[in-house]
Amino acid sequence: MDLPPQIRDAMVAHSRFCLPREACGLLALDGGGRLRMAYCLTNADRSERTFTVDPREHVKALRHAERSGWRLGGVFHSHPGGPARPSPLDVARALEPDWLYAVVGAPDAERPDVRGFWIRDGRVVEEPLVVTGERGR
Amino acid sequence: MKVPVRIPTVLQPRTGGAAVVLAEGDTVGRVVGSLVALHPGLREVMLESDGSVKRFLNLFLGDEDVRYLRGMDTPVPEGSEIVILPAASGGRRR
Repeated sequence: MDLPPQIRDAMVAHSRFCLPREACGLLALDGGGRLRMAYCLTNADRSERTFTVDPREHVKALRHAERSGWRLGGVFHSHPGGPARPSPLDVARALEPDWLYAVVGAPDAERPDVRGFWIRDGRVVEEPLVVTGERGR
Repeated sequence: MKVPVRIPTVLQPRTGGAAVVLAEGDTVGRVVGSLVALHPGLREVMLESDGSVKRFLNLFLGDEDVRYLRGMDTPVPEGSEIVILPAASGGRRR
């Protein structure tokens, strides 16, 4: 899946801004399955170890995405000091089988790792994210 | 009064694939009761034994989280829509 650099940069910036807590947000896709927006939202858990997207912001993002002709199709969160891979708790709480689960690993690193995954029935499959304009670098 | 209820993808296998179900009621609780009567498979995944909605599900009347209104007693005005949204959550450890 293509990852527009603006969306990658938004996820990383939000993850850094929220340190030391976990950051989170939602992702909108267009009808062609292309990533169009990262909604940088509040972690209602206010935690360094868990996240829950603030439900009231969740529904606002849903409405905005639909007004824009998109759909909510993913969630992102950060692992401060940790790898860009879903944790067992991420997998246990992944409820949307058709959502992309993006993880920003070690957001305070010089080049944070941003990876995407599908999580279905407890199985994790990585979706390679190709930053638009950085192919072949 | 018929009220459209938006069903998230994760629950659609229990509504025969329907993304929207027309339920009936004038409060959130009555609409939810009508919904699980129409699709009994929803009951165990949506509701606790005391009839409250499970914590990982959020119910919205329009854009308002019903927890911040009057919960299951919240009146549902004519022309309203109820949206069920699963919590987006996770973390490194409990």
